[in-house]
Formats: sequence, structure tokens, C-alpha cells
Amino acid sequence: MLEKASHDSLFRPLEKGRLKKEEIRRPGVSQAKESFRRVLKNKLAVTGAIILLLILFFAIFGPRMVPYSYSDQSLASGNLSPDGKHWFGTDDLGRDMWARTWYGARISLTIGVAAALIDLVVGLLVGGISGYMAGRGKLGDRIDNGLMRIVEILYSIPYLLVVILLLVVMKPGLWTIVIALSITGWVSMARVVRGQILQIKQQEFVAAAQKLGTPHGAIILKHLFPNMLGIIIVNLTFTIPNAIFAEAFLSFIGLGVQAPIASWGTMANDALGVILSGQWWRLFFPGFMISLTMFAFNVFGDGLQDALDPHQAKD
Amino acid sequence: MAQLLEVDQLKVSFRSHGGEVQAVRGVSFNIGHGEVLAVVGESGCGKSVTAQAIMKLLPKRGCRIKQGSIHFDGKDLLKLSGKEMKQIKGSQISMVFQDPMTSLNPTMKIGIQIAEGIIKHKGLNKTQAKARALELLKLAGIPNPESRYNQYPHELSGGMRQRVLIAIALACDPKLLIADEPTTALDVTIQAQILDLMKDLQHKFGTSIMLITHDLGVVAEMAQNVIVMYAGIVVESGTVADILERPKHPYTMGLLNSLPNYEEGEKERLIPIEGSPPDLYDPPKGCPFAARCEFAMEICVGELPEPFAVNDGHHSRCWLNDPRAPKVTEFAAAGRDES
Amino acid sequence: MTEMLLEVENLKKYFNVGKHSLKAVDNVSFSVRRGETLGLVGESGSGKSTLGRTIVGLNEATGGKMVFEGRDVSTLSKKEKRKYNRIVQMIFQDPHASLNPRMKVGDIIAEGMDAHKLASGKERMHRIFSLLERVGLQGDHAKRYPHEFSGGQRQRIGIARALAVEPKFIVADEPISALDVSIQAQVINLMEDLQREMGLTFLFIAHDLGMVKHISDRIGVMYLGSFMELADSGDLFSEPLHPYTQALLSAIPAPTVSREKQERIILKGDPPSPISPPSGCRFRTRCPHAMEVCAAAVPEWKEIRPQHWTACHLY
Repeated sequence: MLEKASHDSLFRPLEKGRLKKEEIRRPGVSQAKESFRRVLKNKLAVTGAIILLLILFFAIFGPRMVPYSYSDQSLASGNLSPDGKHWFGTDDLGRDMWARTWYGARISLTIGVAAALIDLVVGLLVGGISGYMAGRGKLGDRIDNGLMRIVEILYSIPYLLVVILLLVVMKPGLWTIVIALSITGWVSMARVVRGQILQIKQQEFVAAAQKLGTPHGAIILKHLFPNMLGIIIVNLTFTIPNAIFAEAFLSFIGLGVQAPIASWGTMANDALGVILSGQWWRLFFPGFMISLTMFAFNVFGDGLQDALDPHQAKD
Repeated sequence: MAQLLEVDQLKVSFRSHGGEVQAVRGVSFNIGHGEVLAVVGESGCGKSVTAQAIMKLLPKRGCRIKQGSIHFDGKDLLKLSGKEMKQIKGSQISMVFQDPMTSLNPTMKIGIQIAEGIIKHKGLNKTQAKARALELLKLAGIPNPESRYNQYPHELSGGMRQRVLIAIALACDPKLLIADEPTTALDVTIQAQILDLMKDLQHKFGTSIMLITHDLGVVAEMAQNVIVMYAGIVVESGTVADILERPKHPYTMGLLNSLPNYEEGEKERLIPIEGSPPDLYDPPKGCPFAARCEFAMEICVGELPEPFAVNDGHHSRCWLNDPRAPKVTEFAAAGRDES
Repeated sequence: MTEMLLEVENLKKYFNVGKHSLKAVDNVSFSVRRGETLGLVGESGSGKSTLGRTIVGLNEATGGKMVFEGRDVSTLSKKEKRKYNRIVQMIFQDPHASLNPRMKVGDIIAEGMDAHKLASGKERMHRIFSLLERVGLQGDHAKRYPHEFSGGQRQRIGIARALAVEPKFIVADEPISALDVSIQAQVINLMEDLQREMGLTFLFIAHDLGMVKHISDRIGVMYLGSFMELADSGDLFSEPLHPYTQALLSAIPAPTVSREKQERIILKGDPPSPISPPSGCRFRTRCPHAMEVCAAAVPEWKEIRPQHWTACHLY
């Protein structure tokens, strides 16, 4: 009973509005920021990103760190193993392997990024038109069907065949490879984009936008594109290394960039004849760089995919 | 009488960015042999997480049972090995989910899916298992069981799939059936069929049922006892009549009030519970319902009471039941003065 | 007599499914009075949502006529059509899918205003704030993203978005079926208040009969693409004529223990596929009163009592 007196005030009714009913207690974050945070938390993805940044750094500054250019020949200092002067050794013509490896990185990355960007632009355009027109009356369906038939036909042509045909009419070189890779490469991006658009189009927020009178352009820019950006970025992290590898492969079989230009593929090709005589560095450095780049892109892409996965985003 | 299932002070948390979401915050309840207990609450109140904890179906990543025990038939489920738990899940506790499509294997004939469990847990041979499976399909009210036996899940309607799921759940004569919103995805006329079936089977086999639902109509139809959950705690528990006719927690009252009256003649305005449930990322220190409660008092902000016994078996976790609290009618009077 | 806002005559909406045609809405006629709420109930596959989407123009009708404010919608000029699309709005079912996760709540609400150039700059901001407050949220919520809100809050954002373009007629497609019980009443009350203040007319589509009865002046019952019954909501509940309506009403479990429970009519089986509906009356395969005539002839849509329509051979 004594306690009652001291506690009674606690049983006073609360005045109205003292506690907020619609309060949001979590700090506000956009999905983009949230995804970025998740990528940073993924150790493998961060490792991949750091490796990629390092490769990029050396591709830009690596060749300038030594007093030799990638094409300087010096027969006197041929076939040297790595030492304090030539960090990665030299080849049979006495060219510095360090300079050539990082110069090769420039070529490989340029081809990879250029091919991927062309894929992206063409793929977005074709896949976007196809997906957006699908289900829009007879004409729309016809456009969609036509574009998809073209995509299927291109998909069925092996790119090696295209490259060989192209080399007949064009000089072998960097841009020939880029064009050859892009001619068939964009189709997979187009398919991904079309699939994404078909899926997002079904969502009620697109119907709502139509109902509100939002013009087509704005629907594409505000609703469709931002919601497939993640998938597109992930796709890019897989198309770039594919293009890099394709270039290495083409150069390795002699269809790639021509001497004196160096790429990892041509360097590996050059090393073939001497690997048995113990000059391990000739194959090791270009081979290692190809593998490292593939690895870095793949783990980075996987990490991105996890971070952007809508199922995980719900928790 | 010993209880079939005893859940004591269960606490479950999920790791989320920037902190922990405390999904279940000290839940205790019992289910007796042959009892149907309804667990009522809104999405996010922790009712499904509780069921998943009992079935050990909680996601492995980022989810932790922080405290508590779950005794089933005298055994603490939380201390069992994976193998022992598998044994119990196959033969003594079964679960029926809201979405029958995701819990059936789409590439397997439904008959085989039923027979598989029977072979595994009952040790019957193939022909015996098939006979039993056909019997179960018939029990679950599926017409032409012989032809249905060879069909795939996508060939069945939602109601039929739910019947198949119930047949699978009953395959091994479980002592406890956990049904997580079993009729929510179904149309009303199909819901009526499924509830009818579940009641029927419950009478026949005396299976205990833990029925998770948000539909108070389904509760009235099926359950003997009810627990009402809100923001990860049990706010009220009692018999179905206690809860539906004499609720003693403002949340339960609010739920009942917010339903439209089927009998009404004149149209009355609905009485909703204003606001939204709290974010369990940072649950309030006191009563989680205080911010939405029309009877909130000073004490509710600072302290959550232990359950008050209203009468035998009827408990309410609300300060209003404290003898020092004003009467409910006094609040109404105070409210009128203000406005 | 009250003025008719919308008259629907023999409306049809068929979809092509492979070689078959799915008659989602088949020969539906009814009218909506200005200022009323017409409830539309039916189970999945009844065509109620398709009907709603056809009325607002998200689907193109296969046949039939819609007359809005005395004008045949199909004869409207481009400008008038745009106006029709503005003043006839929609509230969607899924509060998660109907808001673009990449847009801020303020921009979501303003989408229609932007499309119809109703407001810009300060005025736009001001309207967003007052709409948010009108639906019970706070002005500063405009800067947050949809995923930070609860289901009920999101549904209110969807309502604010529809209100932003000053509609007269709103089709609400199961606006509360994805919400928790305590939240449903909030949304229903909000809709009722808005109707009173702004003179709105609602077509309220739902499968929850209790809520439909509460909010509707009249109720239509659909089964497999056709109307079974249409009456004042009181009459429909007290004296349902059609056997399907009777079964539907008796199937609702009431949240009470003491009341004398009425005998429940449990329908046998599942609704047939709308691709091949039964001959004659569509409900006959599940109807407890089915007669021979039900298979032979489609029952006529008749006014059995004043303002009480049904299509059944029993009458």
C-alpha cells in the first residue's frame, strides 16, 4: 500500500502525441548506397577491386618506371632472367619484359573495355527496344520478334569464324579485334536487357506510371533503367574479362595484334618456343597477368551480384 | 498433464546492417496433447520465426537463438543433433506452409513425394507406401487419388496443392502439426474446404495443431486456445472465448474493433489502430504497443509488465490490469474532456 | 435518379493463351453512380482485376462500350483521352511492387503532376507535403525511399500518388488485401474520408467480403469473367439470391464464438479454367442447385427485385 502512493503518478494517462506513431527509426539509405556498403563488406569483391585498381595503376605508370620502351631492342641483353635492372627479365630480342607486360596490360584492358562498352550500347539499344515493344500490339510484337531472330542468328555464329572473315578484309590489329568481338558479343547483353525489361514491365509501378500519364522516355529512364542498372553492371564485369581473354586467345594463335605491339597473348605466344630452355619468365608473367585479371574480375563480379541481389536486399 | 510442446523464454535475433533485429523477444507458451493453439499476430510480430525456431528452419546466416528452450515430448529440441532433429521432423512434427507451391518439388509426381516420406520414416516397402499415400490423398479429400497420384504440382490448383501438403504432413502420424497461414493464399470458398478438412482430421487423429494466422475468423473456427503476439512478445493468451469475447489487452481489443461488423445495419466508421508496429531493430524500452495505445500511461513508456493473470489461463501483458491503473472507462471520459 | 458516372456495356476482354482465348471478362454490363462506391468481389480468376484494369485503360477492351460522363470513351480525341486517363486513377494491390524502389517518395507522389505539368518548383514541393500529410504521413518522408516504409504506409503513398492528379474516379484493385488487419481499417477510413471531402467515386475490388460490405454502397459478384449478382450491399448480404453469393457469404469465418453459427455451404471442387468455361451457367459445376437447364442455356441478367440483379435460372 505504501508503494501504491509513490507509484500512482506512473499510472497517469499519457498526453496525446507524446509518442510518435509513424516514426521511422532507421537511418534513411538509398538502395544504391546500401548495395555499395554490401560490396564493401564482401571481402572477395574488395580483393578483386583492389587487384583491378593495381593492374590499372601499373598499366598507366608501369612502362614509365623503367628506362626502356616496350619495343626497344638490344640484342646484347637478350634472354636475361629477372634481375635488378630488368625486373621481369628480357625476351630474345632484348626487350624489357616489365615494360612489355604493362604495355600489354594497356592493350588488353583497352580491348576488353572497348568491346564491353560497344556490347553495352548496342545491347541496351536492341534489347531495350525489343523488350519495350514486346506486347505492344501487333507492330510491337513484330519488332520484338524480328530483333530476337537477328540476335539468335548472330548467337549461332562462332566468333572465331567472324574474326577470320574480318581479317580477310581488314588489317589485323587492335580495332579489328574489338569489332570482331563486338559483332557477336552484344547479343548476350541484348538478351539480358530484354529479359530484365520484360520482367520490370510487369511490376505494378510501371503500370502506375502509365496510368499517371508518364511519357515513354521517362518510363524508360526513371523506371526501367535504374532498376536494371545492377544487373547491367554485373554483366559488364563478366563481359570485360571475356573480351580480354578472347583477345589473348586470338593473339596467342596469331590472329591478334601484330608486332611490335605487345599484348599478353602475343607475349605468351612468343614464349612458346623457349619455355623448354628454362626461360620460365617469358611465359610466366603474361600468363599470370591473364589469370590474375580473370580472377579479379570474376570475384568482383560475384561480389557485386551478391550485393545487388534483390532477394538479399529485403532483409 | 504433461504438455506436448513447451516453449520457454524464446529469443531469436537476426543480424542486419547496423545492428540486430530482435524478432522474438522472450516468448513462452505450451501446447497440450490434442490441443489446437492459434498464434495470432501481424506480419513481423515474430509468429513465423517462432515456428521456424521450433522446426529448426531458421536461416543459418545471421540468425541466432539467443535464449530459451523448446521442449517437445520432454526433449529439448534446441539441444538435439541435426540427425535426431531430422528424425523428429519426419515422424513427429510436420509443417504446412502458406505457399504450397514452394514447398512441393515441381519435378516430382505428388504421389511419389508423399510415398517417399512414408518409406523413409515408417520403413514400409514401395507398394505399401503407395497404398498408404493413396489412402492419405483420399483422406485429404482429393478426388480420383489414383490419377492424381501421377500428377505434378503445377497441374493442381492452389487448394489441391494445399491438400497434398496436408497429406504429406499427416503421412507419418505426427503428434504436432504446425500450420503457418495455411489458408491465407486461398480463396474464401477454398479456405472453407481446407479448414473443414483440417478440423475433420484433427478430430480423427487427435493431432495437436499450432495454427499461425492473422485471421481472427479462422481462429474462432479452429482453435481452443490463442496467443496474441505483437512486436516479438506474447501480449495476451487465453481460451478462444477469453480472447475474442473478453480481451484484456488493448492490442487485442484494437484488432477486434478494426474488423467491420458483419451484422451491422447502419454503416459505422471503422476503428483502426493508428500508426504502425515498432521497428524491432530498436524496440521501445517499455510496452511496444504504447505508441499506438489509446490507454497508454506514464508507466507504459518505461516498463513492460510481466503477464497479469486475469483468470485461470487468461493472461494479459498490460498495465491496465494492475489494480493501480484507472478503469478503461475513465480514459474514454478523459479523452472526451480533451476534445 | 443519381447521375451515372460510368456505364459499361457488354464489355469483353479476351487474352490469347497459345491457341486458346481466355475470356477474362465476358459480356459485363453495369454502371457506377457519381459519388458511390461500387464493390466488386470474386475469387482469383473471376476477372475482377482485369475488369478494373480495362476500365482505367491499362488493358485494351476486346469488345463492348464504356461511357464516362455521357461520352463513349473510344470516341474521345487524343486530348480528351489524356484527360480521361488523368481523372480515372488506380490504386494497386501490392504496396511493395507498386512503388519504384529507386525513386524517392516525393518524386513518386509527384510523378503524375510532372507528367501532366500540374505543378513545379515550390508549388510542387508544397503539394507533395500536403498530400503526405493528408494521408497521415509526415512531410519529411518525401526524402525517403519506399523500402523504409511499412506496407500500410506504402499503400497510403500509393493513394497520395493517385490523388496528386485530381481524379474523379478511382479503381482500387484489392488495396487492402496485402495489409495487416489493424492497418486495413486505417486505409479504409482514409478512403472514406477522401471520398467525402473530394466527391470521389470508387470501384473497390476485393475478395474480403467484410470490408467490401463496409465500404460499398452496392456490390457486384463476379465468377469466371461474368457478373453473378449486383445489389445494394445491405440487400446482397441479407438476401443473397445467387447460389454462388450464398456460398461465398457463408464461407467467411466470423471472429466470434458465442454467435449461433449458421450452416455453412461448402462448395465442392475448384473453379474451372476460364479457358474452357462450362456451357450455360458458368457456376453450374459447383452449384448445389444445378438443373438441366443450367447446362443448356446461359441465364439471363435480370432485375429480380428493384435494383437487385442476378443471372440464375432459379429466378
